Amino acid sequence: MTAASPDVHRAIEAVFRIESARLIAGLTRIVRDVGVAEELAQDALVAALAQWPESGVPDNPGAWLMGTAKHRAVDHVRRDRVGARKVEELGHALEVGAAASRVEDDMADALDDDVGDDLLRLVFISCHPVLVTEARVALTLRLLGGLTTDEIARAFLVSEPTVAQRIVRAKRTLSEAQVPFELPRGPERVARLASVLEVIYLIFNEGYSATAGDDWMRPGLCEDALRLARILCGLAPGEPEAHGLCALLELQASRAAARVGPDGAPILLLEQQRARWDQLLIRRGLAALERAEQLGGAAGPYALQAAIAACHARARRAADTDWARIAALYAVLARVQPSPVVELNRAVAVGMAEGPAAGLALADRLNHEPALAEYHLLHAVRGDLLAKLGRHDEARVALERAAGLTRNARERGLLLERAASCAAGVAPRR
Amino acid sequence: MRFMVLVKASKDSEAGVMPSEQLLTAMTKFNEELAGSGALLAGEGLHPSSRGVRIHFDAGKRNVTDGPFAETKELLAGFWLVQMKSLPECVEFFKRAPMLPGDCLEIRKVFEADDFGPALTPELRAAEDKLRAQVDKRS
Repeated sequence: MTAASPDVHRAIEAVFRIESARLIAGLTRIVRDVGVAEELAQDALVAALAQWPESGVPDNPGAWLMGTAKHRAVDHVRRDRVGARKVEELGHALEVGAAASRVEDDMADALDDDVGDDLLRLVFISCHPVLVTEARVALTLRLLGGLTTDEIARAFLVSEPTVAQRIVRAKRTLSEAQVPFELPRGPERVARLASVLEVIYLIFNEGYSATAGDDWMRPGLCEDALRLARILCGLAPGEPEAHGLCALLELQASRAAARVGPDGAPILLLEQQRARWDQLLIRRGLAALERAEQLGGAAGPYALQAAIAACHARARRAADTDWARIAALYAVLARVQPSPVVELNRAVAVGMAEGPAAGLALADRLNHEPALAEYHLLHAVRGDLLAKLGRHDEARVALERAAGLTRNARERGLLLERAASCAAGVAPRR
Repeated sequence: MRFMVLVKASKDSEAGVMPSEQLLTAMTKFNEELAGSGALLAGEGLHPSSRGVRIHFDAGKRNVTDGPFAETKELLAGFWLVQMKSLPECVEFFKRAPMLPGDCLEIRKVFEADDFGPALTPELRAAEDKLRAQVDKRS
């Protein structure tokens, strides 16, 4: 074998990244096991790495990889069948042989069938409720996003073996639970789709507002989540909440460049330089929101959050923000998806629309909410509202409490700064 | 990261020859794949340069000249704006674009704030933000 140039290797890796989801989806349909399918896809990659440096990258590399993997899949199924036959000691080998060749024909056809449905099945299985959340996230990024375990590990600040083990365990769980490779229907589909949306939103949020570490944002992860959301919209175009989520992510991502200062410190929404908001992503977000609404999904939790984000996106200056509408949207969201965090956001909006006293009254109702006991933003919000009311001592205590609770170093710095200006008796800039 | 994929003009594109139905079908399919992968942000075709103008900037002077412009190879016929994980991913994707023999695509990475490095000081960035805000107010 000749020494391959790094360029060829990079090209092969790029081709594999483009093709791997489709490969794994098509192969899972044949072998009915995501873990085996991924191994077969990896085998095809190894074959490409061995051959392409000498033969060159084929004109249709996707078809080459699929063809190679398909042969191996058929071998795998045949081996499995032979094994099964031996175990069961079936006498009528001829009959089984005929059945096996029929299956092989079916499999060959299956691979040419609608790739989109197989990809959607792969999305659903990666986010299956039988898996714990971390496993769903890792598997989705691995199988659908085409990320390596190393890339996932770096994105989530955990070790590579941890991620690798999560993925291995997830595949074993799916196999042991014999989770079918299917498109869920009826009420089950609603619940399963909700799990998919949640996983994508989690990935985005981990990138958008890193819960740990020194950086406020990890933009690569946001981009991965955005692409996954757009892929989902393409695969399930009739699902309003898929478009709702996509709208929400596009709109939030549009502010990415504006929410970090030159020194890496976070800049809060109302202080952001709106000229830095990405108008292309805003337009895409508004269009996705419109689609969600056209599909009758205006009251979906993601569409509602997107509608709130759209209120900010449409305001040219912070002072132009339609806070009354935002407060009304939060009120609807609180009915559709009751949660103390939504109530807290509603308190902020009401505080802007009707004044800090009205906002504080709502926020104070959450003081004994167990779910928010350790939630830094409750104290950050109360601190802001108290400061606006001139109650600086109470504001300082709340902001310091918030600083003590956040795990993000950048955010802690910002909160302590605001606490210090309260201590000096000056209302902190938001 | 974002890339702009520039479609270089050809004799046909400059002559305003419309693509065949077959080519349009192939292009639609390619664009669907691009959108399906979550990578496509925007993409447009451009009219021939005969319908365009150029603004030349000289010291204190602006000269506007009408198209067409001569150097076909330096002209553009369209573009895609895409979000990709890496340049090789972008290259491998666009090697599949249904172009004609003699066609050429040029891939350029779009500047993002971090690309400016230390040259973009906080002061410069603040000034740029102020400028952008002014432009925003006027538009």
